[in-house]
Amino acid sequence: MDVRANQGSMLKLILLSILVPALNVGLHFSIFLFFRSSDLPPVLNALLAVIWGIFGIYSIYFSLNWVVEQYSDKWKERVIPYVFVGPAVLLLGWLLFLPTLRTLYLSFFNADSTRFVGLANFGAVFTDRLLLTALRNNLLWVVFGTLACVILGMLVAVLADRSSFERLAKAIVFMPMAISFVAAGVIWKFIYYYQPGDDQIGLLNAIMVQLGLQPQGWLSMVQPWNNLFLIVILVWMQTGFAMVIFSASIKGIPEDMLEAARMDGAGEVRIFFKIMLPVISSTVLAVTTTIIVFTLKIFDVVMIMTGGQYGTEVVATEFYRQLFMYQNAGYGSTLAIVLLIAVIPVIILNLRQLQKEGSF
Amino acid sequence: MKRKLKKSSTMSLMMVLLFSVVMSACGGTTSNTASTEPAATGTDTTATTTTGTDMIKTAKVPAGSELEKALKGEYKGTKVTMYGPFVDADEQKFNASIKAFEDQTGIDIAYEGSKEFEATINVRVNGGNAPDIADFPQPGLLEGFANSGKVVDVSSFMDANYLKEQYKDSWLDMAKMKGEGGKEITAGVWARSSVKSLVWYNKKAFADASYEVPKTWDEMMALTEQIAKDGDPAWSIGIESGTATGWPATDWIEDIMLRTTTPENYDKWVKGDLPFTDPIVKNAVKKMSDIWFNKDYVYGGRSSIVTTNFGDSIQPLFTDPPKAWLNRQAGFIVSFIPEGVTADEYDWFPFPSIDEQYGTPAMISGDIYAMFNDRPEVRAVMEFFTTAESLQSWIQSGGVTPPMNGTPDDWFANDQERRMSQFVQEAKTIRFDGSDLMPSAVGAGTFWKGMTDYVSGTANLDEAMAEIQSGFKKQ
Repeated sequence: MDVRANQGSMLKLILLSILVPALNVGLHFSIFLFFRSSDLPPVLNALLAVIWGIFGIYSIYFSLNWVVEQYSDKWKERVIPYVFVGPAVLLLGWLLFLPTLRTLYLSFFNADSTRFVGLANFGAVFTDRLLLTALRNNLLWVVFGTLACVILGMLVAVLADRSSFERLAKAIVFMPMAISFVAAGVIWKFIYYYQPGDDQIGLLNAIMVQLGLQPQGWLSMVQPWNNLFLIVILVWMQTGFAMVIFSASIKGIPEDMLEAARMDGAGEVRIFFKIMLPVISSTVLAVTTTIIVFTLKIFDVVMIMTGGQYGTEVVATEFYRQLFMYQNAGYGSTLAIVLLIAVIPVIILNLRQLQKEGSF
Repeated sequence: MKRKLKKSSTMSLMMVLLFSVVMSACGGTTSNTASTEPAATGTDTTATTTTGTDMIKTAKVPAGSELEKALKGEYKGTKVTMYGPFVDADEQKFNASIKAFEDQTGIDIAYEGSKEFEATINVRVNGGNAPDIADFPQPGLLEGFANSGKVVDVSSFMDANYLKEQYKDSWLDMAKMKGEGGKEITAGVWARSSVKSLVWYNKKAFADASYEVPKTWDEMMALTEQIAKDGDPAWSIGIESGTATGWPATDWIEDIMLRTTTPENYDKWVKGDLPFTDPIVKNAVKKMSDIWFNKDYVYGGRSSIVTTNFGDSIQPLFTDPPKAWLNRQAGFIVSFIPEGVTADEYDWFPFPSIDEQYGTPAMISGDIYAMFNDRPEVRAVMEFFTTAESLQSWIQSGGVTPPMNGTPDDWFANDQERRMSQFVQEAKTIRFDGSDLMPSAVGAGTFWKGMTDYVSGTANLDEAMAEIQSGFKKQ
């Protein structure tokens, strides 16, 4: 008898666990369809969407949770994590994984995605002059941008650590971090500004004229150095980020360790290289990988300052041009994939490091 | 405890979702409301003499059309969104030109101008967020949208005879494009147009220095040399224009092409059949380089060309004394002439003939307004744009040559404007701006970029030409 009652409730449970999610999907999909085709005034539409967003999510989680509550304790424990993580993973898969796959798919097709071209787009990336320049410039960004940020950040962190105006110095270095890349681009445009004639209002050119030198079109004509002038902007902004993190981990080095080294007669330079650096090495790696990913994806600064012209194109700006201006979905997708492939190893390195530290 | 934890995690998830929904909703609405702002302020700055509704009354309104209903006020309170590349002075002039129509009909034409129009219109249309009407300065760019069936065929509601009355056949032909399934459609209506083959100069300074207006290329080069000898660079050239940087250079090439080869070759070139790598095109670029790359001929030298905004490049002509003397630019450049300079202080001459057999052709350009959403009030606005009255205040304030028939002579603000219109009518060869006709991958892509690379020294002549041509192959 017990068995039969069990079977009955089992059946009910299975039915519930199929019906409730299905009902949820059906209901919310139809609401989605309603919003997509509705011609309500935009404000009302937005308001309703917000209400749907709040109560929809709540109802989904509440109903799923309710279904799980009906399970036996043993099963509840097993199922509950999936119920709560599941929808988020599905959503992420839909919004992130599918588009990535589609981009990969499109990268094997021609400009308007009508003809399969195999690996021709990838071949073009490594032979086309513009795309090659983009790759070269990205390499410049990665090498010089990252090196400068890490070295300068470290220098400021170590030196400020023992100065009397540590806070002030750090605040000043950190400040550019608070500015968006677009705003930074505008600021630096005034520094590099060039106009024909002798009245130069750009800071750098005003100085050049004062020194009796020829004003320069820094961002356009001084190739390939103009790339470095752009990288300076990133360094200006990201040094603060590196500094703050280094500073925190330097302060975490036990004071008696340094004391012991000093007692043993080690010089400050030696202490830095033999003690500080090994202790904070994982932080250095984390900061370096973060900035590398940043430089690989660089877009805003280049777009604002030069629009990717004058030999300053990077992969991201060239991607934008190919896709949106030249309407070449093939090259555009290929560039996006190349960028993705370039970022993956760095991300893996970063995740491994985090794993080692047990924070992941 | 466990339950509480669960609750707070759902709460925070909801908050994040709520936040993102609100953000995206705001994003959508603010861009719409922001665009109406300049419409309100813009009208103040342009003084027009016509009084409100009168100017609409002069227009021929086809009976039974949506425009007629709109003028009766049937669509009061509706809104038509427009998106296009007019910014700053042009945006103000545009808004002034539609003011009377808005007042009379109660239709709000919300114009949003963007310097990145060429790059973003694609995103907006393909993203399902198309404006009701978009203003394309490049028919080549519109063609892609027409081909994919995104554009409403205006001949579906505008009478063919009416259109023939409003425009010359050549304009109507240029608006015909292949729609979805290869069916021919009229993809839009022509609004403001410009004459491009003009060289502007400071009339007074010219007279004072007793320079003479050149009639041939050789005379122009001699004048350039003369001015250089007198201590000034003759030319002020600027091709900077945001992501569209490089387009003024393409105008030069097109004008020189028209003057160094047959119109048939020009047409072949526009279609991609005469490649950029051909000696004919290279010769045209070299002719341009004779002026551009000569340090003594260009204000600020070669490096200033790519950094100077095309609109700013007219400024050095009007300093006292002038820092430069000549500026080749379309009629719309008068919008950029410094304030306080009156029409009797400047003038233009046609970009001179290079080879006698090809004469002095006129290159023109124009804005074609295309329609993406079919609603009665949008139809009415499109019909309004076929009337010369929709450009009246713009014509009066200068910088626009109307493509429509029947513009009264007294609408033109000054002699220069009237002569522009005359120049087009009398020219033996008229061609539309080539880069605007080319597929956008070339015309709004590799051509601009290739010329910029060539001028800034990133690429040499052969590299630049090969890269520009490569834009054609990507179809």
